[in-house]
Amino acid sequence: MSTTKLVPKAGAGQAAKGRIGDKVFSGAALTAGALIVAVLFAVALFLIVQALPTFGAAPADITGGEGFFSYIFPIVIGTLIAATIALLIATPIGVAVALFISHYAPRKLAKGLGYVVDLLAAIPSVVYGAWGASFLASSLKGPYAWLAENAGWIPIFAGPASGTGKTILTAGIVLAVMVLPIIASLTREIFLQAPMLHQEAALALGATRWEMIRMAVLPFARGGIISAVMLGLGRALGETMAVALVLSSGPLIASLIRSGNQTIAAEIALDFPEAFGLRMHELIAAGLVLFFITLLVNMVARWIINRHKEFSGAN
Amino acid sequence: MATLMTERKRSALTRGRLPRYTPYVIAAAAIVIAAALMSLIGFNVFGWAVLSAVLFAAGNVISAAVVEGRRKATDKFATSLVVGAFLIALLPLVSVIWTVLVNGVPGLLNPGFLSSSMNGVTGAVDNASVKDGTPVMGGVYHALVGSVLITLWATIISVPVGLLTAIYLVEYSADNKFSKVITFLVDVMTGIPSIVAGLFAAAFFAMILGPGTKTGFVAAVALSVLMIPVVVRSSEEMLKIVPNELREAAYALGVRKWRTIVKVVIPTAISGIASGVTLAIARVIGETAPLLVTAGFASSINMNVFAGWMSSLPTFIYTQIMTPTSPSNADPSTQRAWAAALLLIILVMLLNLGARLVASLFAPKTGR
Repeated sequence: MSTTKLVPKAGAGQAAKGRIGDKVFSGAALTAGALIVAVLFAVALFLIVQALPTFGAAPADITGGEGFFSYIFPIVIGTLIAATIALLIATPIGVAVALFISHYAPRKLAKGLGYVVDLLAAIPSVVYGAWGASFLASSLKGPYAWLAENAGWIPIFAGPASGTGKTILTAGIVLAVMVLPIIASLTREIFLQAPMLHQEAALALGATRWEMIRMAVLPFARGGIISAVMLGLGRALGETMAVALVLSSGPLIASLIRSGNQTIAAEIALDFPEAFGLRMHELIAAGLVLFFITLLVNMVARWIINRHKEFSGAN
Repeated sequence: MATLMTERKRSALTRGRLPRYTPYVIAAAAIVIAAALMSLIGFNVFGWAVLSAVLFAAGNVISAAVVEGRRKATDKFATSLVVGAFLIALLPLVSVIWTVLVNGVPGLLNPGFLSSSMNGVTGAVDNASVKDGTPVMGGVYHALVGSVLITLWATIISVPVGLLTAIYLVEYSADNKFSKVITFLVDVMTGIPSIVAGLFAAAFFAMILGPGTKTGFVAAVALSVLMIPVVVRSSEEMLKIVPNELREAAYALGVRKWRTIVKVVIPTAISGIASGVTLAIARVIGETAPLLVTAGFASSINMNVFAGWMSSLPTFIYTQIMTPTSPSNADPSTQRAWAAALLLIILVMLLNLGARLVASLFAPKTGR
């Protein structure tokens, strides 16, 4: 507003007003930055405060009747199982997809193909959950029955297979589909940054394309791949709807093809809407555990990325 | 082998190389053999395509191993794996979209689906419509209203905070310690599980307004926890690429820093910022978990985000699948759920397209 004054003599006042504008604006920007720090601390703080009653409660009052630890332990393991399955499937495919887009696909197609893979990330998680529960689960019934019959001696494939296909393995596969675009797009960025001169030098020495990738691209991208997988892990650990809709939950069991197991996020989503009193505090405590696990995973991933930045040959 | 001998005689340069037409021959052979094998065990198109692809890859690798040597064979093997992985990655995308289209179109075309709520639609109504074969009653109007209002409020909260933070990081911080802390925490915030963001909002409002407070606004706060980091990241990238010359030119004219930012820097970057915000909206409009724990479920229209439970598209889908309106006849609920899923996917895709459109529409004019 101050600049609309065009009276020359008012210069001093105008400058003062401009200074105030500057102060207000930089103050607002600083406040917004501080707010973000505050929100993250608030997330931790409010979860801790609301979770506290759980830790003070008598063990018999906790779900399961044996204290908080024996309540949370099975679902932490369930969460880890689902995330592990997702990563075992999504990591090799994601890295290969990234390689395909960065080094194999024709240049003109590459961008469009990258966009197609990103579409996978745009589909809402509840739609994946519905797809997993209705289409994927029923089409996996047959393979599960076959596995139970022929590979049943391995504990993870112990039968009898679930009649609905709604098992932790199905949930893991759905999670893998959701994690895949994250790993693919992050590693693609890294592959595109791999120094061109090294790649051309390798090709000039007569290396085949695969040898070039092994010698000049993969070593450069190792840190990036690891951090992309860690970020994917963070997503897989916290993903709720895919598991809540797909898995018919139960106690912790070793077999992946029977209904059973449960993850933290799905447990919260299924039970929180009806929870009250101690049960609510319990679920918030479970959320706190999930928060710290994903926080740890994400921090390690970011730490790897930042360390990698310094050694990267890109500059 | 006979053709190979002639090749060798012809030129030393092509020695030990497969002729150019080899892949086509192998492809044709693979398709024929796969068709023959499939007809033995029962034909289906999907199995035929998979088997042909596997045979084609195997044929390529083996022929390379025999004629061109181990290194070429390894290369071909790696190529097959990489291309195969890409095709596998496309399968779920195609499958999801196909499933949603097939199941969702009938419900979406049902008259009144977009313009009616679930108010008054009970199990008895669904049972009657199944028994008499009449169209399924009830729709998503209330959920659509809820989704739009909650996302709108989340945007109103996140965009100023996110944009101002990005401005602080790029224009004011001069890479000090505090800005490093913010950048790190924003990265960490990106990874917060959505359900935890929902729990935070629920816990926060439970302490302020008493336990069990569930309104659209609580959900909007939960969504903005997820949205702010996305807005910060994208705006920061966009502000960073504004050329320094523009800022210096403005300073040289005696323009105050905040005026420079408002009048020069932001208008230059507005296309990128707007498309980043649109993408952030596309991300949070599909979030389900935080809404489940913060907004509750409603079957009637609620226009007030500050009072009362609110429905939204994702939670509508979830509740229709998990707790069908009529437990004995789940079909009408399933149909509504798929139609809502199709609507949600269409919305998200439109937002994604919109982001690209916005980016090109508001792009700074480069012509002279």
